[in-house]
Amino acid sequence: MRFATAAGSAASVAGLSFTIEEGETLALVGESGAGKSVCALAIMGLVPRPSGRVTAGRILFRRRDGGFEDLLSARPARLRQIRGNEIAMVFQEPLASLSPVFSVGEQIAESVRLHQHKDRGEAMRIAVRMLGALGIAEPELRAKSYPHQISGGMAQRVMIAMALACRPRLLIADEPTTALDVTIQAEILELIARLKREIGMAVLFVTHNLGVVAEIADRVAVMYAGRMVEEGPTERIFAAPRMPYTAGLLASVPRLVIDDSPLRLAAIPGEPPSPLAHPAGCAFHPRCPHAVPGRCDAEPPPLVPCGERQWARCLRLDEITGLAA
Amino acid sequence: MRTQVALAPLVALEELRTWFPVARRCFHRPRLQLRAVDGVSFSIRRGEILGLVGESGSGKTTLGRSLLRAVEPTGGKILFDGTDITHLGPRALRPFRRRMQLVFQDPTSSLNPRLRIGDAVGEPLLIHGLARDAAARRERVAALLAMVGLPAETIERYPHEFSGGQRQRIGIARALAPGPEFLLADEPVSALDVSIQAQVVNLLLDIRGRLGLAMLVIAHDIAVVEHLADRIAVMYLGRIVELAESRVLCRRPRHPYTAALLSAVPRPDPGARSARLALRGEPPSPVDPPSGCAFRTRCCHALAACAQARPELHEVAPGHWSACIREDIFAN
Repeated sequence: MRFATAAGSAASVAGLSFTIEEGETLALVGESGAGKSVCALAIMGLVPRPSGRVTAGRILFRRRDGGFEDLLSARPARLRQIRGNEIAMVFQEPLASLSPVFSVGEQIAESVRLHQHKDRGEAMRIAVRMLGALGIAEPELRAKSYPHQISGGMAQRVMIAMALACRPRLLIADEPTTALDVTIQAEILELIARLKREIGMAVLFVTHNLGVVAEIADRVAVMYAGRMVEEGPTERIFAAPRMPYTAGLLASVPRLVIDDSPLRLAAIPGEPPSPLAHPAGCAFHPRCPHAVPGRCDAEPPPLVPCGERQWARCLRLDEITGLAA
Repeated sequence: MRTQVALAPLVALEELRTWFPVARRCFHRPRLQLRAVDGVSFSIRRGEILGLVGESGSGKTTLGRSLLRAVEPTGGKILFDGTDITHLGPRALRPFRRRMQLVFQDPTSSLNPRLRIGDAVGEPLLIHGLARDAAARRERVAALLAMVGLPAETIERYPHEFSGGQRQRIGIARALAPGPEFLLADEPVSALDVSIQAQVVNLLLDIRGRLGLAMLVIAHDIAVVEHLADRIAVMYLGRIVELAESRVLCRRPRHPYTAALLSAVPRPDPGARSARLALRGEPPSPVDPPSGCAFRTRCCHALAACAQARPELHEVAPGHWSACIREDIFAN
């Protein structure tokens, strides 16, 4: 995918591939400029035009009847059918996504009416039921509140209610808890996990928080400079990362209740590259402690399988061992 | 005598209160007050880093601003190096302002986009008359930038040419320019990428080591604070509920809110999924705090007695303070 900016064409995502199985939670991890949010938007057909363009690729979605269709070549009418119905999205700033002039109950009910073709009364009843199921006390009363009257945590629950009203098969959550307090975040994550089990839905969770990934994701895909650099089962990636960036990221995260380990963190030197100018070869090589001049700066490494449903993008995959997390 | 001076705190707060009047809903009712900071006391020694953690609405940012007199406190005292600065006028306050500096959360909005970095970092030197001439100023600016890991060429450039992490370093350099003894860092890393957060945490630790600065680090990320701070104070609805050495607080909390907060932090360790201590309900409003203990409405250990009187911070173990009447919960 490319974005045309004032500074020139920026390749935000280059050659990204991954799959999500039914009922699976995949965490898409990366720092700013990695391309993860843009990827999530692309699935929903929400990439801002004309500045953003998808230049190649397919997004295959398996319909309820079993057949596959490419979302990138779907007609707008079809996308509207899928959006909110089979694929739903929750964004980072819930208060920015809610209309200020309608009550929260009305907004959830609107989603139900659009996709389930229920009448107003029935839709509102379903909306209230959803609010109750999400742990909101006195849902009939709360449904009448306006967005400015509710807290961030409550607003995010409303967004989740809207997203789940139609029991989608895939929920895309783009940093849904980053703006929330840690105690509220914990509740929202538990909520998503519970609903996921009840509905059997798959989740694509975009985040930069590795703690959140460890809590909720079955699999994790790490992005750097628009490319996938490592993907695999969460436990295996956290225990034994194969790509130095993943290892560096895991090592630099401040953790609670460290024993007598030093206070200084093992920081990755340098800065993440701007989407306007990726380094030649492996985009991570300027910051990589294992980079070899002449190889790592020459050509971009391919994504190589290194385990069951596990891949890593590093030329020195077989040479580097014991990357401690 | 010398020992006394060494142990005397650099910064001390005594029952600090900062209340904001809230718009009246009807004419004849008394004005409601938003009790952002509601009776906070603590002290920070030279070279010590105190971490202040709390969630939104806890009042931690208002506390920081009150300490620097950016917001006027409503009551209580602020002491800097033994002097009561709570009610000093702007002129009398100025020498103290040089000794207490602030690192902002958002490195982008706190740097003037029209000023070259050299001018931005050198501005405090101008204001406080700390350099002989432009050449001396430039030399000092270059030294400051070197201390934060930036090359001398940075002087000629503008903020937009730098990344978020680099701008935060510039902000730190600017805060260090007047040679302060105390640094207030309000969410110094929360706006930064994960890999850059670690760099800035290390930088702050290095600076404290080299310059012997005292710091108050305000943050919502308790893991970051544990790395930076010697002691941590936990704030809830305008009050300190627990205060102890960092490792002790994080390993053996003695207040139910601290315990719940710690259990809610997601660990980057898939194997260790521990049970979370759930909090009931929503955080109460600082305009109308619950009677007695502010936390009782969400606490699963609350008793009737908790609504009676506001629990004061008391020493539950040497150097470990908690504002909870139920010592039995964490007795072991």
